[in-house]
Amino acid sequence: MLPRAGFQQWLQELSGQFEIFGPKKNEKAIVSWQRLEGGELPDMAPGVPKGSIKTFFFPQPETLFEFTARPKQDDSFRLREPEKRQKPRLVVGVRPCDARSVLLNSMPYKEDPYFQQNRQNVILVGLACRNGCSTCFCTWTGGSPVGTEGLDILVFELEDGFVLEPVTERGESLLQKASSARDATEAERQAVQEIRDNAPTSLPEAMEPASQLVQKDLMALYNAPFWQQLSDSCINCGTCTFLCPTCYCFDIQDETLRGKGRRIRYWDSCMFPLFTLHASGHNPRGEKVKRVRNRFMHKLKYFPERFGPLSCVGCGRCVRDCPVNIDIRQVMKELLAV
Amino acid sequence: MSTMNEKITEELRQKARQLLESGRVAAFLGYASGSVPMVMRPFVARTPEDADRLEWNSFCVLNLANYLPALLKSFEPPRRPNEPPPQGPLPKVGVVATGCWSRNMVVQIQENQVERERLVIIGISSRGMVDRKKVQALIAHRDVTAVKEGDNTLVVAGPGFEEEINRWDVVRDNCKSCVHPDPVIFDDMIGELKGERDLPDRFSQVEEIEALSAQERWKWFTSEIQSCIRCYACRNACPLCYCPTCFVDDSRPQWVGKSIDSVDTAIFHILRAYHCAGRCTDCGSCESACPMGIRMRILTKKLQKDVLQLYGIEAGMSVQEPLPLTTYKKDDPQDFILTESLKGEKK
Repeated sequence: MLPRAGFQQWLQELSGQFEIFGPKKNEKAIVSWQRLEGGELPDMAPGVPKGSIKTFFFPQPETLFEFTARPKQDDSFRLREPEKRQKPRLVVGVRPCDARSVLLNSMPYKEDPYFQQNRQNVILVGLACRNGCSTCFCTWTGGSPVGTEGLDILVFELEDGFVLEPVTERGESLLQKASSARDATEAERQAVQEIRDNAPTSLPEAMEPASQLVQKDLMALYNAPFWQQLSDSCINCGTCTFLCPTCYCFDIQDETLRGKGRRIRYWDSCMFPLFTLHASGHNPRGEKVKRVRNRFMHKLKYFPERFGPLSCVGCGRCVRDCPVNIDIRQVMKELLAV
Repeated sequence: MSTMNEKITEELRQKARQLLESGRVAAFLGYASGSVPMVMRPFVARTPEDADRLEWNSFCVLNLANYLPALLKSFEPPRRPNEPPPQGPLPKVGVVATGCWSRNMVVQIQENQVERERLVIIGISSRGMVDRKKVQALIAHRDVTAVKEGDNTLVVAGPGFEEEINRWDVVRDNCKSCVHPDPVIFDDMIGELKGERDLPDRFSQVEEIEALSAQERWKWFTSEIQSCIRCYACRNACPLCYCPTCFVDDSRPQWVGKSIDSVDTAIFHILRAYHCAGRCTDCGSCESACPMGIRMRILTKKLQKDVLQLYGIEAGMSVQEPLPLTTYKKDDPQDFILTESLKGEKK
């Protein structure tokens, strides 16, 4: 248990060792991931920040290596490792859905040194959800508003302070540094238990869990009649994929400027026609309807077939910000009805 | 008693149903209600039954002209890139249009993206659409679960609250500064034409920025686009953006970097705006689609102001009108575009 001031003090103490980030409102009242300084507390309003937490693990862009692009220099076109970050990072105020997305992305990126190194260097301090939002649905996709997957520490906000529960060993060792921490009282433990028991659930009882989709016939889903109607509305922008915590597709490019070069890996979106354009000029997903279908089939069918869970944590960012109201919850329902 | 929008919705469904039933159109493009409050779903009705899903309210913020070129094309028989279009009449599409949407259809007709004969336009004079970001700001960004619209009010409700707000207070900036609410081309109307609005200060949002020093303007611009995630929702929501490959997507040659480097982002926004000069109708789709709240339409509004001052033209007011930036008259002051012999002729 840490009182409010004690929690701030703990963050202040950790800021020597870590760069601390958390949800914070900008001047347009948009909550985004920002640096927190001097023991500043994260924004704890219900819901997730606008941008995705993937930015800490799959940055936009990631520099893979650097090189000198002047032909006649000694070190020309020899690859150099990019400069490393000085300090590891600690992200505070992470909702359980977001933390879970890191684990899910870690499956396809299992052998990716960049992603895995970022995982080593980023500590996630979670914040249990006491309220659901009208757009979020973590329980549909296998998560929980008080889930711990992917977190190092889970924080419960009580009226006069915070109860912090270690999830991993490195979380435990950080908690030991909290100088004003004390054991939670019986009443506080009970309050935490109440938050757990009353965790908001967004799953309508009658609905078949979305994980059932993996058992459905792929071609029946693929040929379902509603894809055309969905794509009638879609404008093929990248809002859903760029805000989504579990969209992890990328493209790679070399950027050179005044003799300095770097190879970057940056976010790509399956909504963009160039995403699948072949060098031959052929595009297997040349039409909008194919791209729209692929985004959902990847999350709800192809990914679970390969890795188990759905590639969606139910954070609802796409539901909240799609300019044409394409709602993945409706897509799930329609797919389940096929 | 039903509200204005309910009446419009009823009439719209009826007209769309008739068009689809009679086979006069192959599809009707409008809006259906969405799954979350304040976001509507652009919707293509393909059967008379579909027409009953059409809906009209203050949240129809994206310009439907944006969908027309591809939708019309989808009803043409497939053909190779250089093959001429088939002979004879092609299927028509019905579409609902306010002032700015109809003006964008005019621009599409002028630029040969859409054929007038293939459109059946149902006009509605616009009362201005609502900016949901303004609504959210007014209710302190609480979670909204329901919005009920009256003629001049919105009742916004969420867990533990219900507030009534004045509709005009949350109307989009572009609609508030719009002088042409009436459709300029249409085949049928719902409701009356309202006539031009008299707004001497309609460029005030631009003038505020113009009054700043060059440095302050740059600061405004860079801070405005700082949060851009390059999702291209602004571009894709725009009825003027129909190039098969956009300059930002091109990789050979590559005109602009692909990540969120501030210089690349600035180039994207500046070039996007300039591509719209003399063509933009200030429909506000770009701003409404932006997930990050970037006010990029102030850039295009500035260009609209300049084109009006320099050429006396506002985009899309008439199909017969020349496109200001792609038309050359022999008595134009600059003759760099002319060959030597034509220059001689001019003298």
